[in-house]
Amino acid sequence: MIVELSFGVAAAVMLAFMCVSVLRLAIGPTAADRAVALDTINTLVVTTMVLLGVAFGQVVLVDVAIVYALLSFIATLYIARYLAGGLE
Amino acid sequence: MRKAAEWATTAAFALAVYLLLVLWTGPIGLWSSSELIAGVVLSVLAGLLGGRLLWERGGWRMLQPHRWVLFFFYLIGPFFLAMARANLDVAWRIITGRIRPGIVRFNPGLRTDLGRTVLANSITLTPGTLTVDVDDDTGDFYVHWINVKDKEPRPEDVCGSFPTWARRIAE
Amino acid sequence: MNVLIYIFLAIGAVFNGLGAVALIRFPDVYTRIHGATKCTTFGSIFSILAVVIYGFARGGGEGGTLAVHALLALVFLLLTNPTGSHALARGAHQAGIKPFQAVVDRLEDKR
Repeated sequence: MIVELSFGVAAAVMLAFMCVSVLRLAIGPTAADRAVALDTINTLVVTTMVLLGVAFGQVVLVDVAIVYALLSFIATLYIARYLAGGLE
Repeated sequence: MRKAAEWATTAAFALAVYLLLVLWTGPIGLWSSSELIAGVVLSVLAGLLGGRLLWERGGWRMLQPHRWVLFFFYLIGPFFLAMARANLDVAWRIITGRIRPGIVRFNPGLRTDLGRTVLANSITLTPGTLTVDVDDDTGDFYVHWINVKDKEPRPEDVCGSFPTWARRIAE
Repeated sequence: MNVLIYIFLAIGAVFNGLGAVALIRFPDVYTRIHGATKCTTFGSIFSILAVVIYGFARGGGEGGTLAVHALLALVFLLLTNPTGSHALARGAHQAGIKPFQAVVDRLEDKR
């Protein structure tokens, strides 16, 4: 019981770090800064989902995390192509 | 002939991955005919689309199993040590804010796509360096270095023993 | 076993926090990518390893499933994270963002 609670606390701490990253997402001077902040938030979301999967005892959240990791990677690649001027 | 073999191998890989994913969902539908037909159609599509990209410049080397064993030992040995060192280094720079950045160029002499990918990802995750661009024709690496010690570095100055390991794994 | 899980969770939280702080503190895009990618990848390795240890310690069908799926998530994260940051750095340089206080910029010389 107490072990699952510690996973929940770790997930809450990750949420605080996400709020710090959202600060950079808001003030970032260029589009590239915002994209980097978004990438960091995506990684933190994947970690948080895996931790919450333990905290709630639901394995399905880990599967959602895997799909989220792959989709966010593709989104990052598209944003990078847009920054490089590859999309009209 | 060679092209057909490449496409067939890619399709076989895709079919294997698809069957494993179906197996994951449980004992419901692995050997039902509809799952098998869908798997074959998707695999042939993936083979036709991705076959050419995957096997350019020495992709066949991926099929040799001893390279995967070497890769595993590389991951848990030198790579993990360098990564731990990199994170302590970056933590120190975050706290003190002492940086001297620049983009340097060097040529590790790797010819295959697999070797270049391994080296580029290793460089990104290890001390103070970040791969910005790789020249496809010449194999030049352009690396953002957070603490430039030398404006014309040799590969060993930037990333230690990694080019040797990448050559051992992929060439 | 529980002590090991607590230690791993703590290390993961510290390094993920360093990544978030690096995002705020560093002066330009490239150094931010440095801090964010390295620290969040390393922190995520330890956080997910804690989940894997928990799954194996609990044992049984559910614990084993949890551990294997978490390991798979870790593998995908390790594969995609450096590649995505490399693509972002390349895109930023092609968009014309100069490195802050750069001593040398060979990529700019090439163009």
